[in-house]
Amino acid sequence: MTAIVFGHGTQLMFEVTILVLAIFLGFEVISKVPTLLHTPLMSGTNAIHGIVIVGAMLVLGTAHKGPFLWVVGFVAVVLASANVVGGFVVTDRMLEMFKKREPAEPDEAPRDDERS
Amino acid sequence: MSYPVTNLLYLVTIVTFILALRYLSNPAHARRGNQIGAVGMLLAIVVTWVKVGGTSWWAIALGMAIGGGFGAYAARKVRMTAMPQMVALFNGVGGGAAALIALAELHRVVPPPGRASFDISTAIALSGLIGAISFAGSMVAFAKLQELIQGRPITYPGQKIVNLVLLAACVGLAVAIAAGAQHQWLLWAAVGGGALFGVLFVLPIGGADMPVVISLLNAFTGLAVAVGGFELENNVLIVSGMLVGASGTLLTLMMGRAMNRSIANVLFGAFGQVVAPAAGADGAASAGGSVRSASAEDVAVMLAYAHKVVFVPGYGLAVAQAQHDVRQLADLLEGKGVEVSYAIHPVAGRMPGHMNVLLAEANVPYPQLKEMDEANPEFSRTDVAVIVGANDVVNPDARSNQGSPIYGMPILNVDDAQAVVVLKRSMNPGFAGIENPLFYNPKTVMLFGDAKESIVKLVADVKTL
Repeated sequence: MTAIVFGHGTQLMFEVTILVLAIFLGFEVISKVPTLLHTPLMSGTNAIHGIVIVGAMLVLGTAHKGPFLWVVGFVAVVLASANVVGGFVVTDRMLEMFKKREPAEPDEAPRDDERS
Repeated sequence: MSYPVTNLLYLVTIVTFILALRYLSNPAHARRGNQIGAVGMLLAIVVTWVKVGGTSWWAIALGMAIGGGFGAYAARKVRMTAMPQMVALFNGVGGGAAALIALAELHRVVPPPGRASFDISTAIALSGLIGAISFAGSMVAFAKLQELIQGRPITYPGQKIVNLVLLAACVGLAVAIAAGAQHQWLLWAAVGGGALFGVLFVLPIGGADMPVVISLLNAFTGLAVAVGGFELENNVLIVSGMLVGASGTLLTLMMGRAMNRSIANVLFGAFGQVVAPAAGADGAASAGGSVRSASAEDVAVMLAYAHKVVFVPGYGLAVAQAQHDVRQLADLLEGKGVEVSYAIHPVAGRMPGHMNVLLAEANVPYPQLKEMDEANPEFSRTDVAVIVGANDVVNPDARSNQGSPIYGMPILNVDDAQAVVVLKRSMNPGFAGIENPLFYNPKTVMLFGDAKESIVKLVADVKTL
């Protein structure tokens, strides 16, 4: 076994730093969400971890290097896009329902919950 | 696009996600926050698209069309009562994607003479393992909530030892990969073992503990994505994943606190098995009283002439799909000058905040939805507390009976109200099989029957008054 090789040290240190900061930021922001909205919080954060689609696209972008990467990348893109679209749409549907008093007329402004 | 431009645009995405979470602090503009987050996501996708370029664009488009189409369809069609399983499903596919990315990355960097550096291979091993656990665990949670498999804990002798050994083996494989043994079969074994562990660790967890499990799996997926950011050296994955990880962790802790149980107890306690009769006998003995049952007409009179009525919903409300009928009853009562609100326990339902979503769907204005700390002082001024499909969260044994399995769990003090009406199918103990002395309280009347039918009858009877 050869000696353990670290990647470029500054990049790694930078990444660890933002990771730790993100933890504290996350706790700070999330603790202000009222229990009323905990379900939309879950589905909203669900949508946010759909950012994994970026990774899936990068993998599929290397598909020319072989069929294995093609298949795995493709399945990852399918899963991640279901995550992204489903997460945002379902959160939108939920948050739309939270109202102070019901509106006078049931059909209000046109729905705008389509997105990529 | 150059490296700094790409990363600046990714930073914009990060900011939109943080704003999306910040906007969630107030229901009045939470929806706008979600839309901002969606725009940020779209930006990240476009940036990555341009960056990837090349020949795979059609494969990416096809994959996004299939996945996105399914996601949009499912998200539009799902009923609000089925939200917990939907969240579990989307959570699982995210974890699955993270695990697949790990497999692909190892495949890409490993071919000889290449060798991934220590940090990259650690990230690959971790995100593969955690992603697999999250994927498989979420799928089992989905199956349980969808009632494809039974919701009660599934246990067998030696379960904890099997799980522990399996987890240790997976961690061992991950360490080996991180330490430099970069054979692809090792990662496949770790991912397969992780998936098996995900299945085995969710199986023994009962339906009533699902709020904790779903939160925890949410945290796992976030973590897998964040670690995936290390292997791809991509900041937007690191920050977004960790925001989700923090959110899931915080929710898990909150749910544990709301049940007064440690997370370890929830995960390994197989709570909600058929409880030994001793506990039941104990509870019944201490209660000692008899059960009073009432007709819908009686209850309608009680409600119509009250000053203040508080509804206490539980999972039974979701099962019976009775949220719209409850709202209708509340409207009628408000028309008669009764003050109506809803007291919501943090772990009522199958995921954090489940009841709030159901009632919001039925157009209940959210200022009427009171969380536990706000609701409890109100009960002493309440004439009638109406319990619809809740049980453990109103069980006074949690306050007073040290022998009860739920002793110490914070509950809604409905027995402070002048009168309590319990809508219940029969005298069978609830999901966790725990005796509830509230039913024997002289203040309590039982209205037996399906929750939805009972409420419909109440609506009809209140109308005639």
